[in-house]
Amino acid sequence: MVDLATTWLGLPLAHPVVASASPLSRSLDGIRRLEDAGAAAIVLPSIYEEEIEAEDALTLALVEEGSWTQPEAAGYFPTADTETGGLEARLETIRRAREACAVPIVASLNGSAPAGWVSFAHEIEAAGASAIELNLYRVPANIDESGEAVERRWLETVSAVRAAVPIPLSVKLGPWLSSPGHFAGALVGAGADGLVLFNRFYQPDIDLATLTPKSDLELSSPYEIRQALLWISLLAGRLNTSLAATTGVESHVEVVKYLLAGADVTMTASALLRHGPDHIATLRDGLADWMAGRGFDSLAAMRGRLAADRLETTEPLLRAQYAEMLVGYGGEPR
Amino acid sequence: MSAIANTPVTDTMDGNAAVAHVAYRVNEVFAIYPITPSSPMAEHADEWIARGIANVWGTLPSVQEMQSEGGAAGALHGSLQSGALTTTFTASQGLLLMLPNMFKIAGELTPTVFHVAARSLATQALSIFGDHQDVMAVRSTGFAMMGAASVQEAHDLALVAQAATLESRIPFLHFMDGFRTSHEVNKLTLLPDDTMRAMIDEKLIRAHRERALSPAHPVVRGTAHNPDTFFQARETATPFHAAVPVIVQAAMDRLAGLCGRQYRLFQYDGHPEAERVAIAMGSGAEVVRETAARLAADGQKVGALQVLLYRPFSVEHFLAALPATVRGIAVLDRCKEPGGTGEPLYQDVVAAFAQAVANGERTAMPRIFGGRYGLSSKDFHPGMVRAVFDEAAKDKPRNGFTIGIDDDVSGTSLPFDRDFDIEPDATTRALFFGLGSDGTVGANKNSVKMLAEDADRFAQGYFVYDSHKSGAETVSHLRFGHEPVHAPYLIRHADFVACHRFELLRKLDILGPARPGATFLLNAPYTANAVWDHLPRPVQRHIIEKQLRVFVIDATKVAQDLGLGPRVNTILQTCFFAISDIMPRDEAIAAIKASIEKAYGRKGGAVIEKNFAAVDAALAHLHEVTIPVDLTGTDNPPLVPDDAPDFVRTVTGAMMAGRGDAIPVSALPVDGTFPVGTTAFEKRNIAVEVPFWDADLCIQCGQCGIVCPHSVIRAKTYAEDALDTAPDSFRSAPVNARGFPDSRFSLQIYVEDCTGCGICVENCPAISPTDPDHRAIDMVDKRPLVETERKNIAFFETLPQVDRSRVNFANVRGVQFLEPLFEFSGACAGCGETPYVKLISQLFGDRLQIANATGCSSIYGGNLPAHPWRAGADGRGPAWNNSLFEDNAEFGLGYRLAIDKQTEVARHLLAELAADIGDDLVTAILKAPQVTESELAAQRTRVAAMREKLAGRIDDIALNLLALADFLVRRSVWIVGGDGWAYDIGYGGLDHTLAQNRDVNVLVLDTEVYSNTGGQSSKATPLGATAKFASAGKEVPRKDLAMQAIAYGYVYVAQIAMGANSEQALLALREAEAYPGPSLVLAYSHCIAHGFDLRFGMKQQARATAAGYWPLFRYDPTRRRSGENPFRLDSPRPRVKLADFAYRELRYKTLARSDRERADHLMRQAQAVVDERYRTYEDLAARDGSRFQPNWTEV
Repeated sequence: MVDLATTWLGLPLAHPVVASASPLSRSLDGIRRLEDAGAAAIVLPSIYEEEIEAEDALTLALVEEGSWTQPEAAGYFPTADTETGGLEARLETIRRAREACAVPIVASLNGSAPAGWVSFAHEIEAAGASAIELNLYRVPANIDESGEAVERRWLETVSAVRAAVPIPLSVKLGPWLSSPGHFAGALVGAGADGLVLFNRFYQPDIDLATLTPKSDLELSSPYEIRQALLWISLLAGRLNTSLAATTGVESHVEVVKYLLAGADVTMTASALLRHGPDHIATLRDGLADWMAGRGFDSLAAMRGRLAADRLETTEPLLRAQYAEMLVGYGGEPR
Repeated sequence: MSAIANTPVTDTMDGNAAVAHVAYRVNEVFAIYPITPSSPMAEHADEWIARGIANVWGTLPSVQEMQSEGGAAGALHGSLQSGALTTTFTASQGLLLMLPNMFKIAGELTPTVFHVAARSLATQALSIFGDHQDVMAVRSTGFAMMGAASVQEAHDLALVAQAATLESRIPFLHFMDGFRTSHEVNKLTLLPDDTMRAMIDEKLIRAHRERALSPAHPVVRGTAHNPDTFFQARETATPFHAAVPVIVQAAMDRLAGLCGRQYRLFQYDGHPEAERVAIAMGSGAEVVRETAARLAADGQKVGALQVLLYRPFSVEHFLAALPATVRGIAVLDRCKEPGGTGEPLYQDVVAAFAQAVANGERTAMPRIFGGRYGLSSKDFHPGMVRAVFDEAAKDKPRNGFTIGIDDDVSGTSLPFDRDFDIEPDATTRALFFGLGSDGTVGANKNSVKMLAEDADRFAQGYFVYDSHKSGAETVSHLRFGHEPVHAPYLIRHADFVACHRFELLRKLDILGPARPGATFLLNAPYTANAVWDHLPRPVQRHIIEKQLRVFVIDATKVAQDLGLGPRVNTILQTCFFAISDIMPRDEAIAAIKASIEKAYGRKGGAVIEKNFAAVDAALAHLHEVTIPVDLTGTDNPPLVPDDAPDFVRTVTGAMMAGRGDAIPVSALPVDGTFPVGTTAFEKRNIAVEVPFWDADLCIQCGQCGIVCPHSVIRAKTYAEDALDTAPDSFRSAPVNARGFPDSRFSLQIYVEDCTGCGICVENCPAISPTDPDHRAIDMVDKRPLVETERKNIAFFETLPQVDRSRVNFANVRGVQFLEPLFEFSGACAGCGETPYVKLISQLFGDRLQIANATGCSSIYGGNLPAHPWRAGADGRGPAWNNSLFEDNAEFGLGYRLAIDKQTEVARHLLAELAADIGDDLVTAILKAPQVTESELAAQRTRVAAMREKLAGRIDDIALNLLALADFLVRRSVWIVGGDGWAYDIGYGGLDHTLAQNRDVNVLVLDTEVYSNTGGQSSKATPLGATAKFASAGKEVPRKDLAMQAIAYGYVYVAQIAMGANSEQALLALREAEAYPGPSLVLAYSHCIAHGFDLRFGMKQQARATAAGYWPLFRYDPTRRRSGENPFRLDSPRPRVKLADFAYRELRYKTLARSDRERADHLMRQAQAVVDERYRTYEDLAARDGSRFQPNWTEV
């Protein structure tokens, strides 16, 4: 019997397969189904900075729009019930999930600049979230803004959320940085207890029929794991932080690879959307079988075996490998 | 309303909430229809139902909004007849529409209580304000009538009435004074549920249910009688009515036993041996009571009698309540009964004494005299009461007097002292002058609540608004102290005055009511050191003479810096508490912050933070002004120019300056007829930013002007040499069309009339190729422009108006040159209705006659002080009237009947006089086509020629023809109103009008909701949108009124949306007008009640059409004659999803926020409805012409 137990963000988990944010974890029923299916922890869908700000604006509008401006109308909308609905419903889901589930419930906040929305982290904590995953999701489309400025803004955001709540804070970031490793270290310095590698930016396509941008959701595939695999390998053991690997976890094979590279947990959404929540057990059991077959009796024994700091050289991970591939394509077949 | 409370608690609320609190607790069904000022009662019920709050018996009541008060009364009657405890809330015209059912309900001895916020009736004019005309008009129905004088009384008597109606079986009308009590915020002690249960005997409820119709014990009710039995049957009810006074007094006594507040049918207060007594009902009685107490304390033998139970009028209780010593009785009626021997209460008092004398119960008649006061919420204050008591001391007091006005026509008015002040010094009185949009009223309501939360403190708030929907001025009257506040009248002597908008100092006598030594808080764009020299001289004089303390803050800038926009409320509220020393400063700040959190809920995050920051910033920016000794300011210029017409200077101007109360009777028109075009004199200057025209970039398309809701963008073309005398600042461009080589084009912005909505800028297609943020019109700061634009406007107005017969009516570019005969209305900034209204004034204005349904369009179109409808330079222009809400189509049809008849007479006379006028001319007039503008111009020329031929004739036949000559030019009748009228209350009449083959044009300004009364659901409200009475999202689709009209076959029907296709809108309006039968045009009108920035109103209209939600089409029966399909679908297939349109609006977003699942469900259904309706239209458009009924309309 192999021991799959792991620790992530200081939270003890029965195994390293975490259900990441997806429509499956939107409702209490969905969350319970994921737990029943065996998820070690569950990340809830992101609450977006824009959502929080829109909610603020909506609250303001409902309370103030046209109110007491003329004698015949005290206002123009049914009395706003600010105690239910909207983000309150999301908080209620956290509350009820916390009561109903034994596994950690991780709330996700999505924002990229420190502002009023950060205070919402308090609400999330009060609702009982085990941890917060802060998703730094924003295409830095402003060509006048330097990478340095973008990174500074993100770090300020992390610091602000860190200052707002004491619960574990994990930061999900994208790979498109000049020096992802350096920035990962800076995030840890700013207060992140863990990192999630990597975010996938949904890049719009073009619809040739309507000649309009088309944004549809492409689920991730195993071919996409390499970037995260590389960086987990490079960071594991070098940064004193929890590492979660996401993107491309389709079967136990990807779980194994991420763990070997040094991840504390792996996260999956696409595979669960494809195969249903019960796929979690398939991943978990597949991992256990693989470990048993290879003689690993615990996760600790295998985790990080191929992390950069435990390799004799990182060359295979980096440029040499690249050069070899180029040669391979251009030279004689071997 | 919170959870069930069984111990008495105090709270602060207005009369509507206080009454609704009880009515909700002791009823099961509410059948209602919104009407000012009673609407909030039903809205409270709707809200509490949504929150799942049960009545005292644990039942969740239900509310049914009906299509009219007539419908509400019918539904209520049916509900009562089926055994439910049922009530309604209404006022004014609404109560009158219930009249027939009231007779039925009373005749059937059915217990119910109608809760009424008493309001004026529309006579020479409509008024939304309070008096007793409505309740007095229904006094013969057999309903018992109880009137409350205060918020507490209204709360308590609502329960007394409920208890008494169940016991007596006589239905009750329980009323409070509209606005004065319904909207006054005051502290009261709430009746606990236990008290309500204890007051109502459940056996009586069971008895009510047992009397209800049931197949278990069938009966027949509502029969028809013959002469043999009707009379006797009518008399069977007499004992029931006779028993009411004793039952009511017993209920009052029971209530006193339960809560300690004792009421009597006739409440006497004052000197025990009073020689003079004044009698009144409603809030006026409280003024009489308080004044009498003061005069009695001064030694005068006076007293006050309040009539609480007016019907049945118990002579016995009445006489018993009056001191035997009384010699002079003044009876005050808040209504007018022309032609009677006096007003109703007066007649009852006289009759009661006459009976007593006749019966020998009294030996002599006192000197009883009656008079009128307080119509339409005319303030009724202690000075007036003293004048009435003084009159009562005379040997021959003036009977039929009026008090509170200067009746210099009939000489009825009594003189009174405006400054007579009876209020205790311990009561602090504060006045706040602000704008509707700056949050002043909301903040002050909040202040009243905060102050009254202290067990030892009492507070009262009353709020006065002007009639504009944009830039409305508000005055908040706040009193507070350690004694209950019984002062239902405006503050005349203030300890604290705040002016939240600096510009108001130039218009209103804001410091007139300031007491010596009072504190003045001013929001000004100047520092404490600099502000003095900017103050108008009269303001400086008040400050020096009254030795006022003055504090100044630039709250507008503080609010802007904090991202609060125009909302200066929190900042100024904090200043008020800080400098008025009502409560310790820290305590006040904590209380303000707590109230902010309460208002915005726990998720108000950033909003709360901004408001907290405003509280903290307020004190840092507040400074006391050192008062100089010199008057340095200038006197205020007259509000209207000296060369304005006399009426405008003396009457309109006085109203604008807040001096309307002083206008004498003789200055006002006798029949409600007012001159047009008076908004041109208002120059309200409410915009901060206004459009600025870039002549070089402009493509002269007219798209800015056509969407301007306030007609402030005007275009002219003129000969180039006209510019010789133009000011340097006047802008122009060469006309960019071919064939006008020496002509110039100018667009003139009337900046002082602009509301700054920006809708023109968003609709401007001319974007700079080098700067995408710059268009041919941009919004810019107004202040630097005002002086130059005044000169430019003055010059622009000297340029000739483009000849109508040379204008191309077929496109927007051409129509911009037609002068709007509807301008500068008080409609909301960015209003979606007024562009259509303005357009019909441009197209048909000189022969236009409008029937306007009550609603937004009748308020911005017809509310004093000034009127936007105007005449052109030739003196011709739209003639406008508003009959009622419910009868507008019939009213307009009546226009047509009269016009057709008089046209017929004129044509007949013309033929008779053919020999004198000339056969050719007569034939030409009789046979003239009158569709195009040039044809109409030609006909006018012919009629003028005919007039010339008859000039000097004094015989009847010629004079009669001359009197009717105008009918020889085709008149354009337009029936205008909102969806509340067309879909709901006026639908039956509209349907009947469309069913006549008469040439009337109906324009429905479809906002899909009752806009004027605050966003109640109508049958035009779309599926999935929220509205009041549809707070969980409307579950059924909007009525397809267009298809209903199309079904007639011969009605011209169009659906238009200016923002989606202005050319189609223009075409449809012109086709509708040209069609010789009935026409119906449904015009999509974005509205403040949709909940988005109206600057983008036209874009949102375009989305409505792009989503297929509001397809554009025209059904023109005349096309059938040539075999064509009369139905043209003018908008393409849906290109975006309904959600893309809908979720930009609060009315949809709120549901998505509160219940995502339900919102998704309703949105799916709504999308299906949109898809299916579009398919239906598409099918219709694809049919062969022969598949439609033939068109028989004669041309």
